[in-house]
Amino acid sequence: MTVAGFDEEITVIPRWRRIGGHMLQSRAACVGATILLILFVLALFAPWIAPYDPFKIDPIHRLAAPSAAHWIGTDEVGRDLASRIIYGTRYFLLICLVTAAISSSIGTLLGLLAGAGSPLVDGVIMRFIDILLAFPYILMVLVVVAVAGPSLWTGMVAVGIAGIPGYARLVRSTVLTVRQEDYVTVARALGASRREILFGTILPNVLSPLIVYLAFATPLSALIASALSFVGLGAQPPAPEWGAMLVNSRTYLFSAWWAVAAPGLALCISIFGMNILGNGLRDVLDPRNA
Amino acid sequence: MAQYVGRRLLLLVPVILGILLVTFLMKALIPTDAVTAMYQGQLSGKSAEKAIAALQAKYHLDLPWYRQLWFYLSDLAHGNLGESVRLHKPVSAVIGYRYLNTIMLTGAALAIALVLGLTTGIVAAAKRNTWLDVTATTIGLFGISMPAFFFGLLLILVFSVWLRILPVVPHGPLAIVLPAFALGIIEAAPLSQVTRSSMIDVMRRDYIQAARARGASELALTIRHALPNALIVVLTIVGLQIGNLLGGAFIVETIFSWHGIGELAVNAIQWRDFALTQAIILVSAATYLMVNLVADLLYAWLDPRVELTA
Amino acid sequence: MVTTTHDDRHGTAGSADDLLAIRGLRTEFGTGDRTVRAVRGVDLSIARGEILGLVGESGSGKSVLASSILRLIRPPGRIAAGEIVFDGRDVLAMNTRTLSRWRGRDIGIVFQQPQGCLNPVRRIGWQVAEPLRLKKGLGRRAAWDEAVQLLRSVGIPSPESKARAYPHQVSGGQAQRVMIAIALALRPKLLIADEPTTALDVTIQAQILELLRDSCRTHGTSLLFVTHDLGVIAKLADRVAVMYAGNIVETGSVGGILESPRHPYTRGLMDAAPRLRSSEGERLRDIPGSIPNLARPIPGCPFAPRCGLRKELELDRCDREMPPFVQSAERHAVRCWGLPEMRTANRTNAAAPEREIVR
Repeated sequence: MTVAGFDEEITVIPRWRRIGGHMLQSRAACVGATILLILFVLALFAPWIAPYDPFKIDPIHRLAAPSAAHWIGTDEVGRDLASRIIYGTRYFLLICLVTAAISSSIGTLLGLLAGAGSPLVDGVIMRFIDILLAFPYILMVLVVVAVAGPSLWTGMVAVGIAGIPGYARLVRSTVLTVRQEDYVTVARALGASRREILFGTILPNVLSPLIVYLAFATPLSALIASALSFVGLGAQPPAPEWGAMLVNSRTYLFSAWWAVAAPGLALCISIFGMNILGNGLRDVLDPRNA
Repeated sequence: MAQYVGRRLLLLVPVILGILLVTFLMKALIPTDAVTAMYQGQLSGKSAEKAIAALQAKYHLDLPWYRQLWFYLSDLAHGNLGESVRLHKPVSAVIGYRYLNTIMLTGAALAIALVLGLTTGIVAAAKRNTWLDVTATTIGLFGISMPAFFFGLLLILVFSVWLRILPVVPHGPLAIVLPAFALGIIEAAPLSQVTRSSMIDVMRRDYIQAARARGASELALTIRHALPNALIVVLTIVGLQIGNLLGGAFIVETIFSWHGIGELAVNAIQWRDFALTQAIILVSAATYLMVNLVADLLYAWLDPRVELTA
Repeated sequence: MVTTTHDDRHGTAGSADDLLAIRGLRTEFGTGDRTVRAVRGVDLSIARGEILGLVGESGSGKSVLASSILRLIRPPGRIAAGEIVFDGRDVLAMNTRTLSRWRGRDIGIVFQQPQGCLNPVRRIGWQVAEPLRLKKGLGRRAAWDEAVQLLRSVGIPSPESKARAYPHQVSGGQAQRVMIAIALALRPKLLIADEPTTALDVTIQAQILELLRDSCRTHGTSLLFVTHDLGVIAKLADRVAVMYAGNIVETGSVGGILESPRHPYTRGLMDAAPRLRSSEGERLRDIPGSIPNLARPIPGCPFAPRCGLRKELELDRCDREMPPFVQSAERHAVRCWGLPEMRTANRTNAAAPEREIVR
């Protein structure tokens, strides 16, 4: 069979293999995926990997410099920093999952309703979204925390809620664009029902931009959540959450810089990994970047 | 144009009202109020309860939320933002100079972000796929992965502790340098990425090839032909970034003890000083909305295809 | 008698007073196995004041050829081999600086999508005035006034106000007039028009063609007109070059080619074109098959797989070897093994070693 003037056969490659293959070709995306994988392994096997109990106070060895006994030193009450960093991966991944789940599920639902529903539904939802968007992102987080009181869970929920408008807007605009496409008109002309069109034709086309957005929004949410912990409005010490770990150790910046650098770097590298993975995903899923 | 601005300003009113409504609804859900939070554990017995009740009555805290909202709105109509329970001062007096401080900090940070982001973005696009581009892109990716609070601490560590160039808690005009750079450099990263990708996109367009065909040099192509087009895209991001800058200010101000509304907001939430929190939210949201209005006007000015219709 | 030479330039590239001479030009895209050879060794020349029509279907490499002349091929594309001499200057030897000084001054170019070629954020007058300011050194005011004059000369109504308009405010036809005004601003010696009317309404097409022809004739500008439409060529050009799969397969005067096309591909094109040949009632015939994959080596004549003549005469040689140009009439040259004079050569070839024939 010849297609478009080229006498080559078109072989159909399964979607996941095509995406996987492209991702493997991008070295950066591989690095990102590896970092994420390491995070998962550390989180799952933390009790076996961590050399010490992350909460065990050891006043004699407080603010010890990195050594063979304590790979990256100890903090202001003598807790082993390496162990705390390792246990911190659990908090980090939990924050990522919870915030992403809240914002993407509610946001996508609102976006679908607004984009595919009646003008009235659309109007009501979008005015609500506009009001939410009138707050700068972190301000909205602060409002929720102000209401519910500072804690890890309110922090996560607050960040999750603050992320809703972004998803809703993305999904709505994609639905509106896709609805105009010829293949949707064709599906309608062939007598497909509203439901079939929404879930069978439109949703699959919304999926790619949604995944790309998810890949970029999630690390951002994690950043905000840890910043909340840092100013004392999120996870509370002595929890080994990376942002919260900095709350007390920042006072010792002069004498024990490693106690500041370790959690900061851990956060930095984790988010960097997620971001480059997101870049890779975008390059593969977004046809404009092909 | 004037008509458009007028209409946009009018549209601000329902949005501000909506913000107030949402925050008051949330306030109704707050388990404790400022007065209770302040005296928690400090007073006991009947007299204390009486005193608390008196204070609550003074600040209308004993009323249902919609009546509180009504009192708030009528005060607001008279230009009165209420009184801070914790600081015993009118909110406007507390916020005034701190607001100016935050504007100064975010303004300086925005300038730094624009200069850094635009130049690195343009250079990276022009030298696409060279070592220069790869370096700039990698640093940029690190930049968007960098938590503002960690970057701020790093700057203190390097410039105050190791190099001793700047004092840890500087006074006078020097005080703004570190926080402004901490905020500006972080916001420069996404700006640089957007500038790079939109420059690359624009440089592929037919009109660039057409201009090249009639002999415009690569420099002229970049600056005279491509940049104005790329700036249109960049501007939409800058509008959003103002929000990030305001948000980042909350963190950076806390680290550098910069007395702006961000630092105040973090305290106000912990004090449960609602009048104060409310005023900060209102002022920040209004600033954000105004800045976005300005961005939209700039947008229409840059792109002749856009017509201002509210 | 058979006149075949290895380095044949009969009617394709030649005399010394040519404005533009292209020899053995190869333009490729990509690297390794995926290299697409879009232009595969083209010889072409344009005389001063001549209007040359370059015709071929989409994918034949004609636009790539046009862009190659101005060295507008961007990576991963490149000019792999050949020679381009314009007015005595070696174009391929120019450095970036010389190149951008030369572009626009001596050669103007008009593309297919006029509105995509105008910068959306710059006023039309600014864009017409730009070459006058950059290359002619005119001041802002003087350049603007001359731009208005240029717009008037290409038939833009009320040019003063149109100069202040932005590209999205004018129609496609007017945008193409603007592009022509820009291309002609510095009175170039050659104008390249790459399918300038394809994107326009049929009613506008004729006006633009007339404008192009008249402007070139008035100023003695040579015109390279790239199109897939033989009908346009008939109205406009002095001479035609027919391109197929990166090769020029036939060239000659418009009269000569339209009267007696000799290459099977040219004949196929004419049969496929309405108005040209078909008398009433006669069906239009398309050419079966499609253009060969330009990423693969093509040892013989690229048209062979689709060629009716090859099938009819069962010429194996077509698959193995690219035919040389044969001068068939005054300034008319064809590359085809199926021509009667070549068939004689084929028969001789059966007895004699190949080299000798080619020499």
